[in-house]
Amino acid sequence: MLDTLVAGLLRGNVYALGAVGISLVFGVMNVVNFAQFSFFGLGAMLAWFFVAQEGLPFWLALPLVLVVCAGLGLLVNVAVVRPLARFLPLAAMLSTYAVSQILDNASQLAFTAQFRVFPKVLPTSNLHVGSMRFGTSDLVMLGVTATVMLGMSAFLRYGKVGQAIRATAQDQEAALQVGIPVGLVQHLSFVIASALGGLAGVFVSLYVGVANPTSGLTTGMTAFVAAALGGLGSLVGAVVGGFVLGIVEAFGISLAGDTARQIIVFAVLVVVLVVRPGGLLGKVPLIATEPLTGTFLGKGRPLRVPRWVWPAAFVLGGIVVPFVADDYVLTTGTQVLVYAVIAAGFTVTAGQAGVVALGQAGPIAIGAYTSALLTLHLHVSFWVALPVAGLVAAVIASILSSPVWGVKGHYVSIATLGVGTAIVAVIQLVLPQGIYGIPVPTWAGTPLSTPRAYYLVDAGVLALTLLVTWRLRASHLGKVISSVGSDEVAALASGVRVRDYKALAFAVSAFFAGIGGSLLAHQYTYIDPTIFTMLMSLLVVTIVIMGGVSLPYGAVVGSLVLIGAMELLRFTPELRIIAYGLVLILVVRFRPGGILVRTA
Amino acid sequence: MTAVLEVTGLRRHFAGLAAVDGVSFTVGPHEVVSIIGPNGSGKTTTLNLVTGAIPAHGGSIVLDGTRIDVADPARIAEHGIARTFQNGRVFAALSVADNVEVGLHTTLRAHRPFHRLSHLVGLRWVALLGELVVAVVGTPAARRERRAIDATVAAEIERFEARLGPRRDDPAYSLSYANRRRTEIARALAPRPKLLVLDEPTAGMNPSETAEVLGQLLELKAEGQAMLLVEHKLDLVMTVSDRVIVMDGGRIVAQGAPDEVRADPAVIEAYLGRRRVAAEERA
Repeated sequence: MLDTLVAGLLRGNVYALGAVGISLVFGVMNVVNFAQFSFFGLGAMLAWFFVAQEGLPFWLALPLVLVVCAGLGLLVNVAVVRPLARFLPLAAMLSTYAVSQILDNASQLAFTAQFRVFPKVLPTSNLHVGSMRFGTSDLVMLGVTATVMLGMSAFLRYGKVGQAIRATAQDQEAALQVGIPVGLVQHLSFVIASALGGLAGVFVSLYVGVANPTSGLTTGMTAFVAAALGGLGSLVGAVVGGFVLGIVEAFGISLAGDTARQIIVFAVLVVVLVVRPGGLLGKVPLIATEPLTGTFLGKGRPLRVPRWVWPAAFVLGGIVVPFVADDYVLTTGTQVLVYAVIAAGFTVTAGQAGVVALGQAGPIAIGAYTSALLTLHLHVSFWVALPVAGLVAAVIASILSSPVWGVKGHYVSIATLGVGTAIVAVIQLVLPQGIYGIPVPTWAGTPLSTPRAYYLVDAGVLALTLLVTWRLRASHLGKVISSVGSDEVAALASGVRVRDYKALAFAVSAFFAGIGGSLLAHQYTYIDPTIFTMLMSLLVVTIVIMGGVSLPYGAVVGSLVLIGAMELLRFTPELRIIAYGLVLILVVRFRPGGILVRTA
Repeated sequence: MTAVLEVTGLRRHFAGLAAVDGVSFTVGPHEVVSIIGPNGSGKTTTLNLVTGAIPAHGGSIVLDGTRIDVADPARIAEHGIARTFQNGRVFAALSVADNVEVGLHTTLRAHRPFHRLSHLVGLRWVALLGELVVAVVGTPAARRERRAIDATVAAEIERFEARLGPRRDDPAYSLSYANRRRTEIARALAPRPKLLVLDEPTAGMNPSETAEVLGQLLELKAEGQAMLLVEHKLDLVMTVSDRVIVMDGGRIVAQGAPDEVRADPAVIEAYLGRRRVAAEERA
């Protein structure tokens, strides 16, 4: 019991450090900083490098790690985040995701992807109180965190610079007006956050004992959840959220095993956000301030597409490509098409209803598993299983997400992330093995197992998807859903039930996600829960933002660019993800509203 | 004749501060009632309570015989109150025409085949899926209703033809401030509300734009539209109102015809009193 509590405190310690960094940057820049996740992995790897490879004493290695992380953080902010933050918050968020990809991969190039055993620098179980065992290592970690937190809060409360940080967090414009160098404050916050991330990374590896460059992702995710739990922008909230999650997690694992961990984390998150929509210590204004200059969603007009483009694209994509291209191109093409289906459906939620749901991997997984199980065990035809997969995905995802539509702002994204992750975690709990031998579709008795056949099936489904989303956009309902994304208060005053239409938009998106999942399952013929990761969810979001967040055909372009580009870069596997990150940053820089949207 | 709006003993406090403290008034059929008063006197809060944007802590609001103080804003809109906002809230991503069309939402039937079920927790989805099917597949009735929608939208834009006509298909974020306000008014008028609630319709407008709004308000008044108006520009208020309510410190300090109110000492004190006292102290 007490052991579990100590384990929880130690985990919470790490989450709190990470969450404070995320909350700090969110406060002063209003950007959710995914790059923060990379600093966990980076901190761990750097510490390993200095201690195990270079043989430096731990006490020297620790400040070195912090300095390197702080420097990198500064570089990231100067080069990428700050220049892009003046565009859409969404675009800046995307760029931080790109940065995190680049950092993770650079770290993999430098340190290789294998797990390294972290040297035991401090004794881990040399002390005990009663029957509870712990080590100097644990005490040092808790002590350092406590010192850092006290130092931080004193700095923020009494320090001149700390007060400038708080002022900037409350109102950037006003801070600028009274002469606070907001740019410097933001740089400094980034530096502090990155150093805290590095520190948390070192602690993770001290605690777990092994580390690899991508090990930061899970910790980062949980720290992010902790920050949201406490209320983004609230530093005390971040600490509280971190410890609450750490302790809840530790007890969850000791009661239900490690697979239940994610379910517990996200269940806690969703419950807290439903009860307190601004996080534990966050406040939600009673009535949202009246927007003076437009809203969160993109300003900018879709580029005018000449009429002849549509039939030309149809002929090219649907007739020329499948009969001219070789199997390699067609296999890539099927991926592009499936993601285009998922993303085109997702534009209804992200673009029209204005909810950037971060958990689409959930409904995709439901669709894939439904279709696989139906065809494999009940011998249902693929052509029946496909729409059923969409329906089941829509129904289950809608039921599970129904509590979150009252949650506001960024929090609804985080809540959907929670629901999506929890769905995949439940699948992993029930069917940990994966499913083999999923039957290929047949048409009039002939199996459709060639890349060309898959391509044609996917192209047909995509054409239908675009037709439905186009009809929806042009309809009264489409306008009503868009009004919800533009201004909820005004929509309510016009008699539009905001929550209901968000739920409906999400159901439509989940339907197409389920369809996409079914198509993927029958093409891979094998699925397991590791396919449906957060990276998959983020890929879907990236695709729609890339193309223009509310344009269904933009999703096709986004999918072509992101999935096609990944294929083109296959000639240089090491630099592939780095190049991908750079492409993303460039797009955000020059087309913040998406490739097909002209910025106003 | 019963009142369109009947507010009795309305109360709302924020963290102990009584922003609206026992306010009672009525708006009769075809009547234009204005609320004036210094900043912080509770005018906008009163509007927010009447339209359901903020829940009341006490009192009752009756619209055309139906109690609405416990209803949510969407339901209140369905009952027939349409409003505009202090700084203008338009749907930035939608065109001017589509903004107005959203205003018609509560009046549509063929596009919302099971709209009666949308209040019922368990059956909401029937209504939603009905709307989805109509949107994607279409029905003959919906096509007929589409023509009616287009006609109403055209008629509302006609009201501001010189300004909004050329911008019909432009996204609302690209409009000037005054045009956003016009779009908002057109959107609020589209459903032919029983009561139109306007929160400072001329805020931030120059004299000629204000005069234009005044003209439109008089036109609406001539059409018999009942209105509840919050406004600082007293000339406009005195010209357009049938009755004026003066608020100060969350209470009504005076009400009556424009001329009576203009002469009421309580009103002069509410507007000027404190400054006069302060000036005397300094002297």
